[in-house]
Amino acid sequence: MTMKSILALTVNGRGREDAVADNMLLYDYLRETVGATGTKMGCDGGECGACTVLVDDSPRFSCITLARDCAGRRVDTIESLAQDGRLSPIQRGFHEALGAQCGYCTPGMIMASEGLLRRNADPSDDEIRAALASNICRCTGYVKIIEAVRRAAAETV
Amino acid sequence: MTTIGERTPLIDGPDKVAGKAAYTADLALGDSLAGRILRSAVSHAELISVDTTAALALPGVRAVITGADCDVPFGVLPIAQNEFPLARDRVRYRGEPIAAVAAVDERTAAEALALIKVELRELPAYDDADAARAPGATVLHAERPGNIEREASFELGDTAAGFAAAVLVREETFENAEVNQVHMEPNATLAAWDAERERLTVHTCTQVPFYVHLMIGRCLGLDEANIRVVKPHVGGGFGARTETFGFEIIAALLARASEGRVRLVLSREETFLCHRGRPQTTTRMKIGLRADGRITAVECDTVQRGGAYSGYGIVSILYAGSLLYALYDMPAAKYHGLRVLTNTPPCGAMRGHGTVNVRFAFETLLDAMAEDMGLDPFAVRRANLLRKLGLTDNDLLVASYGLPQCLDWVERASGWRHKHGKLAPGRGIGMACSHYVSGAAKPVHWTGEPHATVHVKLDWDGAVTVLTGAAEIGQGSSTMVAQCVAEVLALDMSRLRIVAADSAVTPKDNGSYSSRVTFMVGNAAIDAAKNLRQILVEAAAKQLEAAPEEIECLGETYRVAGSQDPGLAYREIVQAALAEHGTITVTGNFSTPKEAQGGKKYRGAAIGSTMGFSYAAQAVEVSVDPVTAQVTVEKVWVAHDCGRALNPLAVEGQVQGSVWMGMGQALSEENQYIQGLPVHANLIDYRVPTIVESPDIEVEIVESIDPNGPFGAKEAGEGSLSGFLPALASAIDDAVGYRPTECPMTPDRIFTALAKQARNASAEAAE
Repeated sequence: MTMKSILALTVNGRGREDAVADNMLLYDYLRETVGATGTKMGCDGGECGACTVLVDDSPRFSCITLARDCAGRRVDTIESLAQDGRLSPIQRGFHEALGAQCGYCTPGMIMASEGLLRRNADPSDDEIRAALASNICRCTGYVKIIEAVRRAAAETV
Repeated sequence: MTTIGERTPLIDGPDKVAGKAAYTADLALGDSLAGRILRSAVSHAELISVDTTAALALPGVRAVITGADCDVPFGVLPIAQNEFPLARDRVRYRGEPIAAVAAVDERTAAEALALIKVELRELPAYDDADAARAPGATVLHAERPGNIEREASFELGDTAAGFAAAVLVREETFENAEVNQVHMEPNATLAAWDAERERLTVHTCTQVPFYVHLMIGRCLGLDEANIRVVKPHVGGGFGARTETFGFEIIAALLARASEGRVRLVLSREETFLCHRGRPQTTTRMKIGLRADGRITAVECDTVQRGGAYSGYGIVSILYAGSLLYALYDMPAAKYHGLRVLTNTPPCGAMRGHGTVNVRFAFETLLDAMAEDMGLDPFAVRRANLLRKLGLTDNDLLVASYGLPQCLDWVERASGWRHKHGKLAPGRGIGMACSHYVSGAAKPVHWTGEPHATVHVKLDWDGAVTVLTGAAEIGQGSSTMVAQCVAEVLALDMSRLRIVAADSAVTPKDNGSYSSRVTFMVGNAAIDAAKNLRQILVEAAAKQLEAAPEEIECLGETYRVAGSQDPGLAYREIVQAALAEHGTITVTGNFSTPKEAQGGKKYRGAAIGSTMGFSYAAQAVEVSVDPVTAQVTVEKVWVAHDCGRALNPLAVEGQVQGSVWMGMGQALSEENQYIQGLPVHANLIDYRVPTIVESPDIEVEIVESIDPNGPFGAKEAGEGSLSGFLPALASAIDDAVGYRPTECPMTPDRIFTALAKQARNASAEAAE
């Protein structure tokens, strides 16, 4: 039987306490315990970036992060960005520039972009490429993803 | 009010960027049984026995099924169904499903799999097409002697005379590695059995819900009326999900066996094992040219390593031959194609189905011959443009042809004339052309029904609900359908609602494959909207005491044309129409005419027939690292003739995605098997290009306005893929003087070839 501990952390701005198995992945915790299914899995662990969330504003692969390692931290998922039902600038950028086609890599791609914009409000194309280097998209060829991030940066600067 | 030609973000975009779009694996999480599949650990064996006793006895296990639970084979082509959801007497590839479990959770299911005892007697296995068709090779399927799935051939025109009349004839052999679609969403199905009513509901990641419906009905022996198939959001497909997969049927079998709801979510490794990608291919191409660069004759011989089951094989090998035509004028052509059965996962219909590897061979050889003759690559293409619209020699219909305009733009925009042959050492530019069908004119499940049907419902609230079976898989089909209906009714898109791909409410659709949706479903949507508009116009005529022909529909207003009368508001007209008819539902249909359905000049000549071909030209600029031989794509310029761009934003996205997917195949992607063991089955070893190595792709839309397309539109999502491969080979040649004949053009391959070239050059110098 796996050991469970009480995990206290902040998810999408709300404090939570849950009994969580010590070997539970952050990905499973977010989807199964919190019920936030926006975070996706595209590979068998650490290869595609679809599961990217922000932990204390830094992009992390939730599929290879233990939930318990996020004790006392702030975890933000794709569900945290829209405020009062309105898309955030990075979400609007992806929608309007067609940075999302099938949409499956999109939550991870947007969270990695959001992490970039939180530390660098006006990134160059090379900085955008570097920040999204761990996120695979199979639909867009990335051209409109770069446009989407640029558009969001222009809106917030 | 117009939506056609406007840059329109996808109508389901807000859900996707907000994380609200639900994919199959997001449904009924934690409240379903977990399904798992036991897969063969060997490539080829007789299946002696499968003992599930211990697995069934494990607490928490609700069902264990094996090949004994389904003796009905499935397959996308009615003439080639030879695959069982779970292997029966034989396993034919490593990873083939043998048994499956439904249990209370994933861990219990995994434990149960480990308790299943499988007894096998191994047979010789072939992961190479030549070995599989060598004399004396063990036959995979008794009904396919020599392991030949299909031998296809034709000769049109006199090729011998053509080659005799040529000033230059060259022949070259080209290799393409097997590639996979790698849709980002791993495969998943949710199947729920209602034991009380004996009904089944399936949610699955498919491009063709109708095929899933058909195959599950067939394999489970259920009346189709007791099955409901729903397509949730789908994370890409690129052709893999055209065919019904074994796992979809397995999920349904598990649901019935366990009398519950089963969630079967495959890993990325298993998704690679399901495969249905583009086959490994060897292509021998021979072309004859006159002094002015005109083609005199073409001969093509291609062998595809098809994998262990028939799947789409017959269609793939026929496409490869028939689509030699309709791009250039070819006085004579001879084709021979072999689709071989091997002990590898089955190949399928990947984006650019059938054409890509043959087009790579053709364009690369044509380009090399132009170089031999001192002709410019653009000039040699222009010399071979189609001379007329209408039927090709193999009876394919070309109704619009924007390739000349594509060439002009690419040549100008890329700065070709001051770059080709003139860039710094290690840097080069190359080009190529390509094309693709806008929907197969004759569906493989031919029933005589219209090719596409759309329903539009209008109710008292004034909302227009469009019901379509077309599968939105990220390509924007729902947005396209909404645009077509909004345009005809002159309404804002906000008046519209789209309900797509739920067999309980939407009309049957032939599915999202062969780039058929815009052409076929778009035309059906226009037809439905026109039928609705006619009803509204008649209601307006009655209210305004005028003849229907006098009524002008302005969307939010209907009035007598040319009168000063303000007319009546949309909602008033809706109410008047409903007072007469009640809630209104109209049907729109589209069928392809017989003359577009291909000829009978050779066996299988209908494959490749379409209402409209898209055309594309592209130039690729590269640099090649002198030390590592790493190829970097600096920039791509691509012009695509899509007839009319219904949504230029979506067209750009499709063209960029196609070109880029071609880049993956050309540069780095490759499925590799070592004695049947896939060594690529993850996203580290299978190298999909990342954003770091992906270039800017500048898109020009050429609008040839097709006479039969919806508002003149043709396909946009496949035609520019195949041109990338030869354009890259041409650019590498321009950069370093070596023209690759093998894809992917990885650093090790280029390095080895350059080293050999340098050795030969120094040996010559020493002589």
